[in-house]
Amino acid sequence: METVWYCLVSLMIAAYVLLDGFDLGAGIIHLWVARNDAERRQVIGTIGPVWDGNEVWLLAAGGTLYFAFPALYASGFSGFYLPLMIVLWLLILRGISIEFRGQVPGPIWAPAWDFLFCVSSALLAVFFGAALGNVVRGVPLDANGYFFEPLWTNFRLGPNSGILDWYTILTGLTAFFALGMHGALWVAMKTTEAVNERALWLARRFWWGVGALTVLITLLTFRVQPQVLNNLREHPWGLIFPALAIAGFLGTRRFLTRHDDGRAFLSSCAYLAGMLTSVVFGLYPYVLPASTNPEYSLTIYNAKAGEYGLRIGLFWWLIGMALVAGYFTYVYRHFAGKVKPGAGYEEH
Amino acid sequence: MDEALTVHRLHFAFTITFHYLFPQLTMGLALLIVILKTIALRTGNAHFNEAARFWGRIFAINFALGVVTGIPMEFQFGTNWAAFSKAAGGVIGQTLAMEGVFSFFLESSFLGLFLFGEKRLGPRGHWLAAFLVFLGSWLSGYFIVATNAWMQHPVGFTTGPNGELFLASFWALLLNPWAIWQYLHTMIGAVITGCFVMASVGAFYLLSGRHEEYGRTFVKTGVVVGLLATVLQLFPTGDRQGKMVATHQPATLAAMEGLFESQDGAPLALIGQPDVKEKRLDNPILIPRALSFLTHRRWMAMVRGLDQFPRENWPDQIPLLYYSYHVMVGLGTIFIAIMAVAAWLQWRGKLFASRAMLWVLMLALPFPYIANTAGWMTAELGRQPWLIYGLMRTAKGVSPQVSAGNALFTLIGFMGLYLVLGILFLFLVYRQIDRGPAPVTAEQGA
Repeated sequence: METVWYCLVSLMIAAYVLLDGFDLGAGIIHLWVARNDAERRQVIGTIGPVWDGNEVWLLAAGGTLYFAFPALYASGFSGFYLPLMIVLWLLILRGISIEFRGQVPGPIWAPAWDFLFCVSSALLAVFFGAALGNVVRGVPLDANGYFFEPLWTNFRLGPNSGILDWYTILTGLTAFFALGMHGALWVAMKTTEAVNERALWLARRFWWGVGALTVLITLLTFRVQPQVLNNLREHPWGLIFPALAIAGFLGTRRFLTRHDDGRAFLSSCAYLAGMLTSVVFGLYPYVLPASTNPEYSLTIYNAKAGEYGLRIGLFWWLIGMALVAGYFTYVYRHFAGKVKPGAGYEEH
Repeated sequence: MDEALTVHRLHFAFTITFHYLFPQLTMGLALLIVILKTIALRTGNAHFNEAARFWGRIFAINFALGVVTGIPMEFQFGTNWAAFSKAAGGVIGQTLAMEGVFSFFLESSFLGLFLFGEKRLGPRGHWLAAFLVFLGSWLSGYFIVATNAWMQHPVGFTTGPNGELFLASFWALLLNPWAIWQYLHTMIGAVITGCFVMASVGAFYLLSGRHEEYGRTFVKTGVVVGLLATVLQLFPTGDRQGKMVATHQPATLAAMEGLFESQDGAPLALIGQPDVKEKRLDNPILIPRALSFLTHRRWMAMVRGLDQFPRENWPDQIPLLYYSYHVMVGLGTIFIAIMAVAAWLQWRGKLFASRAMLWVLMLALPFPYIANTAGWMTAELGRQPWLIYGLMRTAKGVSPQVSAGNALFTLIGFMGLYLVLGILFLFLVYRQIDRGPAPVTAEQGA
């Protein structure tokens, strides 16, 4: 049962990354691809009606993690106290910059929010990437299963690590490029004219960054977290996950050159899904490895909730997800099609 | 008191208090918007559609702030209250996760359709979108109240070998009797805020001679629904909630009422100052035997005072608890009076001409917010010194590795950020009110 919930929580996190990933990415490229107010309204218009629903995946995944693996939630959230508080502040600033930019006309109001939207989105991508890097690398858990990491120490790995070290900075940068590309492909798919062209141009440039960093981070991960190679050696079928990532990555290029924006975006989804599932597969059964003493590590076995709760949870979770699939299909269909310059996300 | 504990408590108290300023209006307004949309659908009168659209714009700003200030609440269970989360996550994680899965997705999906899809959805579809936003927000309220109710009155769990709590009965958790009365009391509190806000804006329009047709609609809707809600808030929901406290948290009741000594035929203190050192209520105005009657429906019944409970089980902020409770009840009573007089004037056809009454309605705006906040302070301070009543002390629930200094830093960070959010909110809502509803003739071009 704990393995089932490990997969389901991972699935929800993956849904969050694929969906909120494109609106975070749209934020990263916002100021680059949209040069005037009409174009910026166009970019905001591509994510306006859906970003909030996408962000709910973070809350829902967090809540599900909370009830399925309470010890992990407690340890991870209190240990990553400082970066999580910064993430919260960034989420607040980003949310209001999307919602408030259209409220007041004039040359000052909207550009200020555009800037904030761009900066907060970029920093969030870096923080989320660094967070994943921290989980893969392991944290200095004590015998009670708690830890507290400062934002940085000496930027080296080891038991005295901080949130940011050379490895997690690289994972943060990888996330920045990967979500930037993802967002550029979304914006390209959903827009016309100049914004569409600039987004495609940017996606092609980001693609190279994604490729270089992916290779680098993969090689480093094998060294930083030996469990990944062990799992692949013991269960070679797990190679399908990195294979999915590679296929997605190559597919992105292929469809970009063919000007098939829709498939290029889907390929990027496959890349992100492949990367995440590779991590999920590689870490199993660890959920938070200890860099101090391997015995202190949190696994799905010592972090899980009671058996009855997990079983009954499955019941309502499946009903809930069926409903959610319905809402999302309906909403994305309703707002399907391209957004033209100036036709933004405004009060009616 | 432990310094870190104090800071963590203030951290949660501050962020939840600020957060709840927004959802109470969201939930109250969601119902009122559905009412306006229903009238529009039934009568085909475009006036009510435009009224709903106007409130939809304010709803959107309010909702956005509710969302962004709500995310920190879920996070804080883990960041600041890790020991509590580790022990109880298997139980209350259920209701918190269900809130995300069943309410937030519903709300967020249909809010976009409600705000931007009116033309394409048509009148019935748009009504449905409004209804689903209402349903999502009210479901969300239930899951959160069920979570709180479990901390007030834990049910349906077993205790594991290391003190962790396991869920033993899903339906006991969801249908906790405490949750049902607390939910109704909380939601009607939200409706009261919605009604006062709507009536206040309407009164503002009438007094300043602008958008008068809409002003009359807003005042009338606010007063009619408001009278019903203020009465229901006292009876049965407030009364039953009080009985819950009397039955399951008798020490809390004694502290709320400032009753230090057990007595037969206990009096109800309308006003007075609890003096914890001397263990008495200073300068009280008392209604003889009323507390016994309200609690047990018998004038001479014995009500247990704080002297019946060991000192370490007394709530640790008795004066604050006592004042919060009295502010809530006092304001609740005044609300009934305001709404009753306004409804009577309305019935006699004199309300819109009575400038004095309109002034009262306009200036009443902040008070339901104060009453709702005081109500939650009563619930949360009343639960002390327990985090989970009878099971886990608040002091045992904090994150062991998060120091007072770090928590103080982020608390001050939140205060600064929320100050900015509060100013932005007032500025943007004022602009919408100043702009007002569009005249019905221009509405089709909007």
